[in-house]
Amino acid sequence: MTATAARSAPLVISARRKASNVVMLGLCVVATTAALAVLAWIFGYVLVQGGRFVSLSFFTRLPVPVGESGGGFLNALVGTGIMVGVASAISIPVGIFAGIYLSEFGTGWFAGMVRFVNDTLNATPSIVAGLFAYTLIVLQTRRFSAFAGSVALAVLMIPTITRTAEEMIRLVPRPLREAALALGIPEWRMTLQIVLPAAASGVITGVMLAVARVSGETAALLFTAFNNRFLSAALDEPMSSVPVQVYTYAIAPYDDWHHQAWAGALVLVTLVAVFSAAVRIATRNRHRSLG
Amino acid sequence: MAANLDAIRAQTQMLGQRTLRRWGPPALQGWTNLDALFRKACTVFGLAIVGLLVFIVAELVRGSAPSLLRFGSSFVVDKLWDPVTERFGAATFIYGTVVSSAIALLIAVPLGVGVAIFLVEMAPRQVSVTVGFLVELLAAIPSIVYGLWGLFVLAPIVRDHLAPALRATLGFIPLFSGPSFGVGMLTAGLILSIMILPFIAAVSRDVLAAVPQAQREGSLAVGATKWETIWQVVIPYGRAGIGGAIILALGRALGETMAATMVIGNTPQIAASLFQPGYTMASVIANEYSEASGPLYLSALTEVGLLLFVVTFAVNGCARVLIWRMARGAGRHE
Repeated sequence: MTATAARSAPLVISARRKASNVVMLGLCVVATTAALAVLAWIFGYVLVQGGRFVSLSFFTRLPVPVGESGGGFLNALVGTGIMVGVASAISIPVGIFAGIYLSEFGTGWFAGMVRFVNDTLNATPSIVAGLFAYTLIVLQTRRFSAFAGSVALAVLMIPTITRTAEEMIRLVPRPLREAALALGIPEWRMTLQIVLPAAASGVITGVMLAVARVSGETAALLFTAFNNRFLSAALDEPMSSVPVQVYTYAIAPYDDWHHQAWAGALVLVTLVAVFSAAVRIATRNRHRSLG
Repeated sequence: MAANLDAIRAQTQMLGQRTLRRWGPPALQGWTNLDALFRKACTVFGLAIVGLLVFIVAELVRGSAPSLLRFGSSFVVDKLWDPVTERFGAATFIYGTVVSSAIALLIAVPLGVGVAIFLVEMAPRQVSVTVGFLVELLAAIPSIVYGLWGLFVLAPIVRDHLAPALRATLGFIPLFSGPSFGVGMLTAGLILSIMILPFIAAVSRDVLAAVPQAQREGSLAVGATKWETIWQVVIPYGRAGIGGAIILALGRALGETMAATMVIGNTPQIAASLFQPGYTMASVIANEYSEASGPLYLSALTEVGLLLFVVTFAVNGCARVLIWRMARGAGRHE
């Protein structure tokens, strides 16, 4: 009798414990719902507002003076393309080779320090990258320039690329390396011709993440590339970019400009969503093929 | 005698290497040299990462030297920011940065940890993966889009609905007193909380997922409810990692520029009410840098940036250490 009671006693859960279980787990569901609701709200609002004001001329025309209708973001779209391109040209080689260093030779305290510095640089406020490019280039050349903007963006891209490159190269199976070495290929050729191509899709994913991040970057460009109302491809002159133009238009007191800012925001969000989805699909295939 | 032997040995070795290089199989020729070179080249790029950090700090220090020399340590406590008389103090910006980030953490930490618990402990795998992706998408939206949304959607809501409601219920506290213009400290805190929530959720999710299953099974086996298991076993186990996630998010909030700039009101003041406009370190740089006239003004703004960089670097460093310790601890127990 007593033995049965003792055995069944722990199974009795008081009403208070049951209630707190349900309430707290329910709150977790509520938190998730709230986060998703905010996401839907922001996405939905940008889609609706941007969709109302985006048009063909948004992509093909230059800005027009206040009061005239029409006009577009052509200069900003071209500017973002050029500056992200130059920033990629600077940061991709640096990031990939630093990634190779960390994954292939990255043992010991120095590699640990590089990893730590890289991770913390990855979280550097973008405005600081802008300040760096300003004192380094703008202050010396005495003019805002697209090149200075590209350098600021490159500073923001390098840590992301380095990190993903390291992780992805590390994933390449050891037997593949051993097979290559067994055939008499020197280590450097093994790394560049066997390991790097095997990790290519992952490394490209990292590059895409970095590109997506800096395409929407405003703070680093505000006082490096500045802004330019005209179409320009000169690296030594101020250059417009989509995020800076959105900012300029958003804080101006004109309705026309606000509409254009929403259209610009839609372009940025679409870009990010497409990149994120692509990265997601690429990494999912990768996990499947490895697993 | 011994020295002689050593010399002979060294000579033989050299001869052997030379012979190998000249007459060895083709693949071996030039192998060692190029491999060493490749390794050195890669190491140089690793060094470049550290060099970049040193370079950034050096440039910022160089840029802020005039202000550092002129104002010294009073820079961080002086509330006056006056470009006309060239007297600069960053206290109002530091206050604005700290307060807006604190509001953001107060809101985002419970929500973010709740999302992580839902994803790891409650949701079916497919739901967890999908929601996880959506939450990460929230993290990828450029801050300018948050700023735009905050300025045109959130600020009017704060002005017309949230602030009056708070004033009616909690108005006796100075924090919630006075009129609201929409833009202000509270709105900035809200938009920052939306922006850092995905970081907290994503990192906490990884941390909770790393807690060994045996911990949960043990707790459930002695009769704990699911929530008691989560709250008394899983969360304490992942304490360091979640702490890391929160500090990481704090780093983001401290350095966030565009969204804060667009909704905080950009007024250098320390006001009791959260409805009042303020100014953050990042937003004063964003707003005034391209228009700053005079080297001292520029230098003072650069010093604000230097302070911001040092603080965020320290904050992020702490977060990394916490998360690494957690990852190593989890690895040991598995």
